[in-house]
Amino acid sequence: GLFVWRLRNAGARQIPCRFVHLYHVASNRLITFQYFNFLKRMYVTQCNKDLSQRAKPKPDSIVSPFHELQQLDQEKKDVHRISSVSPVHQSWSEMSSRNGLREMKSASETEDSVIPVGAESKEDRQWKEMKLRLDDLPGILARLSKIKLTALVVSTASAGFAMAPVPFELTCFLLASLGTGLASCAANSINQFFEVPFDSNMNRTKNRPLVRGQISPLLAVCFAASCGIPGIALLTLGVNPLTGALGAFNIFLYTCCYTPLKRMSIANTWVGAVVGAIPPIMGWTAATGSLDAGALLLGGILYSWQFPHFNALSWGLREDYSRGGYCMMSVTHPGLCRRVALRHCLALIGLSTVAPVLNITTWTFPVISLPINLYISYLGFRFYRDADRSSSRKLFFCSLWHLPMLLLVMFTCKKSVLEKEDKGDLPGGSHEMAMEIRLP
Amino acid sequence: PPAHSHSDWIGPPDKHSNLRPVIFYVPPEESALERRLREARQEAQASNQRFWARHNRAFRQEKEEFIYSRLKAKGLEMRDESGQKATLNAEEMADFYKDFLSKNLKKHLQYNRDWYKRNFRITFLMGQVALVRALRWLRRRKKNVE
Repeated sequence: GLFVWRLRNAGARQIPCRFVHLYHVASNRLITFQYFNFLKRMYVTQCNKDLSQRAKPKPDSIVSPFHELQQLDQEKKDVHRISSVSPVHQSWSEMSSRNGLREMKSASETEDSVIPVGAESKEDRQWKEMKLRLDDLPGILARLSKIKLTALVVSTASAGFAMAPVPFELTCFLLASLGTGLASCAANSINQFFEVPFDSNMNRTKNRPLVRGQISPLLAVCFAASCGIPGIALLTLGVNPLTGALGAFNIFLYTCCYTPLKRMSIANTWVGAVVGAIPPIMGWTAATGSLDAGALLLGGILYSWQFPHFNALSWGLREDYSRGGYCMMSVTHPGLCRRVALRHCLALIGLSTVAPVLNITTWTFPVISLPINLYISYLGFRFYRDADRSSSRKLFFCSLWHLPMLLLVMFTCKKSVLEKEDKGDLPGGSHEMAMEIRLP
Repeated sequence: PPAHSHSDWIGPPDKHSNLRPVIFYVPPEESALERRLREARQEAQASNQRFWARHNRAFRQEKEEFIYSRLKAKGLEMRDESGQKATLNAEEMADFYKDFLSKNLKKHLQYNRDWYKRNFRITFLMGQVALVRALRWLRRRKKNVE
């Protein structure tokens, strides 16, 4: 959910394609499948960057001490200049590699170190005019709103919608997805607006638009307002007031509670987990118009998932968090961090078992999901016991495919609406005119 | 930045504070409001720079001291036979990170408050300046049309 905001965006040019691709997909199944592939690709790029100091060449900036990538950079420059490679380039790449080697040597074995400024691309070391170029704007806004994270949030909301035991209505679905997406964009933009000096100091976030001065804070706030207000209005008027209220509450929780709390107390992780749990609840209420036990169960599953996901991720970022002043369990209470991750992996098993009891899925769901839930619990246990980088990475990567797979299995095991009509216990309807499929 | 430029320029991240310095453009007919905005931004930039440069320097220094003291306790030197700098693994560094964070928490709380206040004030001033400029532009267009 929103907790997956920890992702960085890989590069402006890649984002629009992925995003459009996701939205072209009609059914929920395909969405989760895309989400899985897309996540994997993105994470492999990102996490390589974070955890092993090896960088994939990015269109914007190249952070790399490795020789091949320097050659790539040089080639790029050759293409742009007619003259032969000047001595400046040679000395820069030498200096860069010297910096890089020095940096590698002084880096502690398993921890990342702060990558020095010298290792950044030459482009980054130039002075840039703070003028907004209109053709850069889409890319900048995509990064400001953390568009990939927003896409994931919307897909969890659509999972909530799909799991609701009512006939599927396309307009309602689209309105709910759009509204949720806009609300998420707004929340992410405000988050970046609040965190500029902190983002500058952390490796993962130092290339954000506000940090680089590509956009003014005023414009960021205006953009957030122009996404948030229509988004919530759309949810309240076009779907139902409950969904709108949840959306507004989630924006408030994320921007005014979670963001400041990150620097005050470790309680931020729990608040953040709630933030991530709300989108599927919103999807459910969009479909049914009421907060049923099923909505809370889906929310609960996402709530529990956040912990292994985030705790494993934060294990590798302890240095940056400590220096940046972020209060995270992995820094201050490492034992608690691992315990909580394990606890919630096990909770996922419990929650999956409750699903058929609440008539959301058939009994095949806990059975089929048991292997993946057991696997993540096993990795959670390994993380708890070993408390090292490799176990945290394994757990983190597992959480990435675990969630889409779980939601997919849940959807396939969904208790059919027709079955429930026969039993005569169709839950409260939605406000739209539904085209209900009845058997003759 | 070139002398003829009419906009602000932002530079590469500072070595100590990791913040990007901005050189502000002073227009010849700067209004009082615009001057207040520019001064607020300059002041915020200076204050941020001071805080983070000092903070990061302290972090690096304390980290070195920690590594040194731990290595000494283990009976090792700072550099081993091949001349490479000796390091501690993540679990040993974790104690340092925890300690550093708790020591600096109060400092961070104070800084957060200041930063949020400054950020809101600057953005509000930006809004006022933008509004005034927009009205001026509209008035000028009306005059041109008449």
